[in-house]
Amino acid sequence: MNFPADLKYTKEHEWIRVIEGNIAYVGITDFAQSELDELVYVEVETIGETLAKDEVFGTVEAVKTTSDLFMPVSGKVLEFNPRLDESDGDDPTLVNADPYGDGWIIKIEMTDLTELEELMDAEAYSNLVE
Amino acid sequence: MKTTPLTDIHIALGAKMTDFAGYNMPISYTSLKEEHLAVRQEAGIFDVSHMGEFVIRGKGALDLIQKVTTNDASKLKLGQAQYSCMTNANGGIVDDLLVYRLPENMMTNGEDAYMLVVNASNIEKDWNWISQHNTFGAEMINISAQTGLLAIQGPKAIAAIQSLCTIDLQQLRYYTFAKSDFAGQDNILISATGYTGAGGVEIYGRNEQIVSIWHEVFNAAKKVGIDLKPIGLGARDTLRLEKGYCLYGNDLNDTTTPLEAGLGWITKLQKGNFIGSDVLIKQKEEGVTRKLVGFVVNDRRVARHDYLIENEQGEEIGKVTSGTLSPSLDQPIGTGYVHTPYAQEGTSFFVSTGRKKLEAKVVKLPFL
Repeated sequence: MNFPADLKYTKEHEWIRVIEGNIAYVGITDFAQSELDELVYVEVETIGETLAKDEVFGTVEAVKTTSDLFMPVSGKVLEFNPRLDESDGDDPTLVNADPYGDGWIIKIEMTDLTELEELMDAEAYSNLVE
Repeated sequence: MKTTPLTDIHIALGAKMTDFAGYNMPISYTSLKEEHLAVRQEAGIFDVSHMGEFVIRGKGALDLIQKVTTNDASKLKLGQAQYSCMTNANGGIVDDLLVYRLPENMMTNGEDAYMLVVNASNIEKDWNWISQHNTFGAEMINISAQTGLLAIQGPKAIAAIQSLCTIDLQQLRYYTFAKSDFAGQDNILISATGYTGAGGVEIYGRNEQIVSIWHEVFNAAKKVGIDLKPIGLGARDTLRLEKGYCLYGNDLNDTTTPLEAGLGWITKLQKGNFIGSDVLIKQKEEGVTRKLVGFVVNDRRVARHDYLIENEQGEEIGKVTSGTLSPSLDQPIGTGYVHTPYAQEGTSFFVSTGRKKLEAKVVKLPFL
């Protein structure tokens, strides 16, 4: 299973990628998408809200189950990946196909960069799930 | 956790495993959708060795089965099977099951003999229930722990395995079965039944025969160019739901009656008394107050077990019992009990996820 070295990970199986300054992308890991199997729906209704670390920012639905999504760090939800929004006729299975790329879920503005240090690196995360 | 003869093989194949009715079972090997479509389009093999099997034989065997089940087992010819239910004194369903009338030389001991195939989660409950009502002196043998079961299903299932036996599987009619040598193993029961609606057979053998049969089935399929895939319980559930087959624990339980569940066709109220028959006769006369219906959801979100069903006024009118995204239709489908006035085809209602209300419409079962 693939866990890119440039990401940070949570025990709830989210990843975060800082792109510049305090802006980051958040998604779910390859392990998470594999456990969930085919996603049928991704719901994010927190756009514009500022949420604390570990707060729920959305849910993913797979054929067999529903699972909450948690903020890896505190921050403001700037954007929900438009390619996942099924109401626009788009495709939640992108998360299965490309969890770290096209299947990113939200873009956030982090409010406390020191929280990043509490997250797992790729090696620690792969030890957790493998 | 209990295992089947194939548990180690599933793990070696990289299957995701889950605790199902106390058994360590494969939920999927690759992806649910891929496995589902393999069975609809080609062929798949399921390890369902967790299912329970009881042999009931001897003089009182038919009387006992007639007393505890709703279908009319007296209509069974040798080598024939029927779908049936066991009901309690209130008409609620103890379990749904298959009843096989065994041909001579198959555990019959020279007597009338039947095999009951029950849900894994209910083996102990069913055994106690039937034993408790065995005032007929029938001999009962629980062969669940020694018996393995493989379901080989799909439009190409028969062609995949025909080379493994001498009987002509095409000639084996739906809900009949035969005893045969199969894949070099003796005394195998080959049954033209299944839980997928995709065609194929189910194969019962002793535990020690099942691993070898599993491998031989893959070899045989390969030789005739059929891409047979191992299929987990995840796809088993979506396959059965598309066909509107009930799942015990979801759609059926001790409080739902066969008439409410749409199983009137296996409830033979004319056959004579059986447990719960008085209640069911009355319910049939008065009409049921709720019915199990199929519905499609006008959304991508899935209606799940125990979600409430509401009418336009927001009043509760029922509850979801099964729901999934149909891999064949690419649409969320489900079943649930609703108050009878809402059970008509075309009726609209809402499924509440707790936070959202999903629009749904009653459709005729099966979905596919």
